[in-house]
Amino acid sequence: MLVQKLNEMADRAKAEAVSRRGFLLGAAATSAGVAIGFRPLAGLAAADPVKPGAELAAYISIAEDNTVTIYSSQFDMGQGSYHGIATLVVEELGADWSQVTVEGASGNVAQYGNLMWGGQFQGSGGSTSMASSWDRYRKAGAAGRMMLAEAAAKEWGVSASEIAVEKGVIAHAGSGKTSGFGAFAKAAAGVTIPEDIKLKDRSDWTEIGNPELKRYDRVGKTKGEEDFTIDVKLPGMLTAVMIHPPKFGATVASVDAAEAKALKGVSDVVTIHRGVAVLAKDMWTALKARDLVTVTWDESKAEKRGSAEIMAEYRNLAAKAPMAVARKDGDPEAALASAARVIEATYEFPYLAHAAMEPLNAVAAMNADGVLEIRGGHQMPDYYQQMASQFSDVPPEKIRMHVMKTGGGFGRRATPDAEVITEVAAIGKAIGWKAPVKLQWTRENDMRGGRYRPAYVHRMRAGLGADGKLVAWDNHIVGQSIVANTIFSGLIKDGVDATSVEGSSTLPYAIPNLGVGLTTTEVGVPVLWWRSVGSTHTAYATEVFLDEVIAEIGADQVQFRLDLLKDHPRHAGVLKLAAEKAEWGKPLPEGHHWGVAVHESFSSYVAEIAEVSVEDGQVIVHRVVAAVDVGTPINPDVIRAQVEGGIGFGLGSVLSEELTLTGGEVDQGNYDGYLPLRIDRMPKVEVHIVPSTERPTGIGEPGVPPIGPAIANAVFRASGQRVRTLPFEKGFKAA
Amino acid sequence: MITLNLNGTEHRLDAEADMPLLWAIRDHVGLTGTKFGCGLAQCGACTVHVDGVPVRSCQTFLGDIEGASVTTIEGIDGKVAETVQAVWADLDVPQCGYCQSGQIMSASALLAETPKPTDEDIDAAMSGNLCRCATYQRIRAAIHEAADRLEA
Repeated sequence: MLVQKLNEMADRAKAEAVSRRGFLLGAAATSAGVAIGFRPLAGLAAADPVKPGAELAAYISIAEDNTVTIYSSQFDMGQGSYHGIATLVVEELGADWSQVTVEGASGNVAQYGNLMWGGQFQGSGGSTSMASSWDRYRKAGAAGRMMLAEAAAKEWGVSASEIAVEKGVIAHAGSGKTSGFGAFAKAAAGVTIPEDIKLKDRSDWTEIGNPELKRYDRVGKTKGEEDFTIDVKLPGMLTAVMIHPPKFGATVASVDAAEAKALKGVSDVVTIHRGVAVLAKDMWTALKARDLVTVTWDESKAEKRGSAEIMAEYRNLAAKAPMAVARKDGDPEAALASAARVIEATYEFPYLAHAAMEPLNAVAAMNADGVLEIRGGHQMPDYYQQMASQFSDVPPEKIRMHVMKTGGGFGRRATPDAEVITEVAAIGKAIGWKAPVKLQWTRENDMRGGRYRPAYVHRMRAGLGADGKLVAWDNHIVGQSIVANTIFSGLIKDGVDATSVEGSSTLPYAIPNLGVGLTTTEVGVPVLWWRSVGSTHTAYATEVFLDEVIAEIGADQVQFRLDLLKDHPRHAGVLKLAAEKAEWGKPLPEGHHWGVAVHESFSSYVAEIAEVSVEDGQVIVHRVVAAVDVGTPINPDVIRAQVEGGIGFGLGSVLSEELTLTGGEVDQGNYDGYLPLRIDRMPKVEVHIVPSTERPTGIGEPGVPPIGPAIANAVFRASGQRVRTLPFEKGFKAA
Repeated sequence: MITLNLNGTEHRLDAEADMPLLWAIRDHVGLTGTKFGCGLAQCGACTVHVDGVPVRSCQTFLGDIEGASVTTIEGIDGKVAETVQAVWADLDVPQCGYCQSGQIMSASALLAETPKPTDEDIDAAMSGNLCRCATYQRIRAAIHEAADRLEA
């Protein structure tokens, strides 16, 4: 039923998308000023006067007090999408940064649907936020500028073409007249927007591409003023904590909550579809009460295997023929059979946790109008609204989703089972909506709550001709599908989940016989996309195995790749830039070695060259030189920050992150057992951006994939060891 | 009832001695700049100053700090803290920002104690503060920059 609803929603959006080709923008007067969005804006004027049109249609509202509020279709988990969208609007609108705020939008897929996904679904992911917003928000900004200029021209009796709108000031040079936006906000609503809105020429940009521009939200984040879901405070609000089953797939058999309920400050203990919720007046009381609840579990359908058993099964499967073919160029098997030399290796990747700093949470409150308001990190707000409806029995049109910024995410806030959303909806329903509820997972709930980067095994084979040329390549991937049995299962084509093979199936190198096969496994451990998705493992397997070939024939890491990238100028471009900036070929200090990797993910191209030494059995990463091609760079400093952070995120994962299970239960519960990178192992990172006039692509994820293979390839040169099992803590043996 | 001296104000809280300072600050006083990340003193998101010393408030209990002076991100002031905050903004350190209150509390305490920290000093003082966005390069640069500005 849910899938049917979503399909209907998508069909409707598709029909609307067709009818609004050409970006017909509309505007409407609100009690506070003007709101600019897609037509039609029926009902907008009657909207909540404080936030005009946010749930209806607006991209921008300009109020009489001069404030400019931008409603972001894209979710911000720290990657800077709000700032990116604000940059597009400020550029075209001519606003001043001091008057701008950004809020999360939701509730109208026709307006906020992700255009990279056909506009049928509001969501952020796959590093698409800037690509989806590039035309939409620039045009909204340009429409606003034009409307303000027209309104001022009429009032001043001058031609709109003589009016400049810059840094929040509307000015007519001839008459010397100037005004802020607020004075014309209402009048602007009466201006008709032309269908073809002229955008600024890129030579006139002052914001887009400006390397000095800093994030609009940086100051609040240094003062503890940025509000996350955990910071929501509502009158009478209760705090809920969850008891989840220790094994995935187990369900509640019985609950003894008598002792917990007797504790002062505890209001309720309720059993819901995913476990038991304990509600109290504050977090500490809820946590203390949670310890007093005894739950027995029905584990008859639970996954009881450990990760060691799962990996052993994967190794067996990897040696067999794949279940499905993801790519076949030429005849890889025949070419391997007739090759002068064959190289084989198996790579192993563990489960990984997102482990974002803000553990999952959501707040549900039934307001006086009977509208259920759910605040949270809604990475897919319309879908979560449907899911909340299912578990609350409140019709979707009576549910309002408030999208909050989150303390990290890395994919974890986009889940097909919408777990915290359904939990908070079910809890609210169970207590009869008597109070607002903040559901807050603990770190242990979050670490043991599933939805991991799947574990994978890659079996790699390469064939060399008698002349040393790489003539055959075969890559068999074994692991769980992220999208199987979810609303995204339609992404599986001919038995291949693209998220399992991306990066391997898109290998750019000119190899005449190239095969990529997939064997999808069934395991009861819930899995999910994790920053850069398939490329988290495919970049490592392909770029390290390619280096095994390079080492076998004694080639140069950079030149060998460039020779095979003749038809891929953007891959070659970033590799050349990184090599140039790293001064490739120049001798390094004694014991230091370079490792190279280049990888495309989400249509962004990244090369990373790492300088590494191995000292006393310890891998030390001294410096990483990165070059990126993301098309037109919108915010160069955000691009640099995302690559710096992506390298740290990826480096932690290859060095020490591993999520293991014993008897179906997750071994790690907190940051003492699960080990992301800390400051003492962060290398110096340089980021170089390829100048480009191509359409912009994303950078939230693509900085991550190349770092693992770049490090591994350097470690091989430093130690002679090929690390084929991650993390290094497991796969690298101190000499 | 228990007394908490927070950011220069005495609060009488209806809480028990075993309550972690973190939850007293967040749920009882209502200041939310101090974040919950792990509850085990493993991530540093909840770092506050107790008599000027950085501590993890999730593992500091109300009964142990009666009479002590607690400062949170909302209450820090003075040249060191303000310089650190300014440099943090100038270098665009935060990404999601969730851990940054704790980072700034640890960095301010480091600079108050060690005006010219080396990279090793920074590693030692800041390794308890996890940043999952891995803003570490800028944190390191910001601490050095703040030291330079404070010296000037």
